[in-house]
Parts: sequence; C-alpha cells; structure tokens
Amino acid sequence: MNEITLNHFLFVSSALFFIGVYGFLSRRNLITLLMSVELMLNSVNINFIAFNHYLWPGKMDGLFFALFIIAIAAAEAAVAIAIIIHMYRQYKSIDVEDANVLRF
Amino acid sequence: MSVSSVLFYILSGLAIGSALLAVASRSIFRSAVFLLFSLIGVAGLYFWLHYEFIAAVQIIVYVGGIVVLIIFSIFLTQQIGVDLPRPIKSRSFFAALSSLAGFLLIALQFLKHTFRSDVAVKQDTGMQAIGHKLLSTGVDGYVLPFELVSVLLLAAMIGCIVIAIKPVNPES
Repeated sequence: MNEITLNHFLFVSSALFFIGVYGFLSRRNLITLLMSVELMLNSVNINFIAFNHYLWPGKMDGLFFALFIIAIAAAEAAVAIAIIIHMYRQYKSIDVEDANVLRF
Repeated sequence: MSVSSVLFYILSGLAIGSALLAVASRSIFRSAVFLLFSLIGVAGLYFWLHYEFIAAVQIIVYVGGIVVLIIFSIFLTQQIGVDLPRPIKSRSFFAALSSLAGFLLIALQFLKHTFRSDVAVKQDTGMQAIGHKLLSTGVDGYVLPFELVSVLLLAAMIGCIVIAIKPVNPES
C-alpha cells in the first residue's frame, strides 16, 4: 500500500533546495533572495521529517529539529526584512548591485 | 497506484512547480504568492506523513507570518506594477547549470546509497507527546533549546526594532 519510499522525499527536497540555489544565484533583488533562502530552509525541514518518519520512527529528534529550524527561520526573516527596509531608506533601491559601499 | 501515493505526487508537484514559478516569475508580487503555494505544498507533505503538529506550525509561521511579512516589505520597497529587470543571461545560465549539476550529484548519491532503518515501533507524534518532550528536563528533553529559542526571538525582535527605526534627523 505504501509505495512511497524515502527516496521520493529526498528527491522532492533536493529539487526544492536546488530551485532555491538557482533563485539565489540568478536574482538580484534582495527580497527574492530571501524567498530563495526560505525555499532552501524548507527543503531541509522536509529531509528531517522524512528521515524521522522512515528511518527512526521510535524517536522524535527530527521533528524537534524541524520545529526549531522554523522558529529560527522566522527570526532570520524578520531581521533580514528590517535590514532590507533600512537599506531601502539609504539607497532608495534593494538591488544587490547598488549596495556596493562597505562603510557607513 | 494507491490513492495516498497519488496524493503524494500531487502535493510534491504543487511544491516543486510553484517553487519553480516563484524563482522564475518577473513580477515580485506573483513570486511571493507562488512561494506561498509552495509552502502550502510542503505543509501538505507533512500532513501526508501524519506529522500534524509540524504541518500546522508550518502553515501558521510560514504562510501566516513570513509570507505576509515578505508581501508587506514588497509593498514598502517596490513600485507596484513594475516588473523586475530581466536577469543577466550568462548569470542565469550558469546558475541553472550549477544547480542542475548539484541536483544530479545529490540524486546519484541517494539513489546509490541504501539507508538502514531501525525497526522500532512508531512513536506517537501528537501534540501531547510533543508538549511533554518540549518541556522535559530528562535525557530526551528539549527544554534547553526551547528556552534558547525564546531568548533568540526576543533578541531578534529588539534587533529588528533598532535596525528599522526611523532615525531622528533634524536636517532632512
């Protein structure tokens, strides 16, 4: 009945991860870079949950790792958006090419 | 093919397809909405594995929190209706090439590898078990990371306020 194996989940999560890598490398807008990072974090979470379900069903470590990753991702997204808004006030743009000054 | 595997393929297709559209779309608002659908697909995968709590957390935190925050910052920093500039051809070509190569490398690795699983009986992953584990100080307890995350969230909140606060500048 259960013909979905662990490899199916690993396929989905690595596809999501490398879609995120593609977005991170090809885009130039900071908000879209942040979206790509969120996709990568999600693929890691899928991996943790799938390994927990298929390989160590007697433990719950993968679930807690995923839970804490979600909490840290939320904090990271909030700080990143605060930085993006601050940068928009300074340069009137959030293109990564425009942020080329390393001093204040 | 059973109904549950069809459901798996639908959910993963939703997640991967809308992730592709999210990184390819040139309208940033549309890109955020596709990201939202991708995150919903991932939450559906958690539901499919019967991890209901983590799926609910995924929907609440990502769909209800992070995507709304991203859309909010899009409204603050972009002109609505103006598409993003076209990505540089050579850069997107090499990005696609390197991510495809990385994907093939990883896929080859996990198709060749056989994973050993332990045969323990599946533990209850309901809310009650998670709550007991999260606050227990025993061997398998998670009270220390729980408290650390609370401190981290407080620090992130204060940091966000300090960074994004409008500087009082009498000249401008």
